[in-house]
Amino acid sequence: MSNAIFNEASVQWKRSAEDWQEAVRVSAGPLLQQGKITDDYVQAMITNIIELGPYIIIAPDVALPHARPEQGVNEKGIAITVFQQPVQFGEQSVRILICLAASDKETHLNLLQIISSWIGEDGLSQSMIATESRDELIHLLKNYFIEGEEI
Amino acid sequence: MKILAVCGMGFGSSLMLKMTIERVINKQGITADVESADLGTAEGMGADLILTNNEFVSQLEGGKSVVKAVKNVASEDEVAEAIQAFLDEQ
Repeated sequence: MSNAIFNEASVQWKRSAEDWQEAVRVSAGPLLQQGKITDDYVQAMITNIIELGPYIIIAPDVALPHARPEQGVNEKGIAITVFQQPVQFGEQSVRILICLAASDKETHLNLLQIISSWIGEDGLSQSMIATESRDELIHLLKNYFIEGEEI
Repeated sequence: MKILAVCGMGFGSSLMLKMTIERVINKQGITADVESADLGTAEGMGADLILTNNEFVSQLEGGKSVVKAVKNVASEDEVAEAIQAFLDEQ
């Protein structure tokens, strides 16, 4: 299991997704593969969106799929997926999915603070959308990687 | 003044929005209580101003609180604008 919270292994660049449910599953892929979350967590994210609406859209073009720590998080982590084709959530669409898994409430707040600083930053999401390959996206994001116990 | 940040689950975008609101009011020297809530509990919290995303505006309107939409929950500019618009209306 990787100790890094966010690194190259958690960056994905995809052409498209069938629908938002597939996009959420894809966005969770790296965290699932690294053993940081369980299948239950993935299902909880989807169920929450069905029940509560697309509350995960945090900015134009950006969604933050997440559930609660007790819904299946083994270890904290962030995965970012950029889709070349917009993913439709109801009437809105997004291109960036930031899948968040926090192991407890305090970590959750810390990770939200970090993501907030990325999204509040002028132009970062537009630069992410403008990338044309996974390598390009990794190059753009490498300054934002978070190793093990930094938080 | 009480400002409430609202989202569907009360555990993601509403918390990010709350952080942004706190940064904005600290910078501008505005005194306000800031809380976050999910859609279900927002109504009973007696806020003067509710900030939320576009999706939830219509569901929150019609109560005592003024409701304003914020597209980017991390944008200090957008939040500052919404709070200023609210203050100007008072």
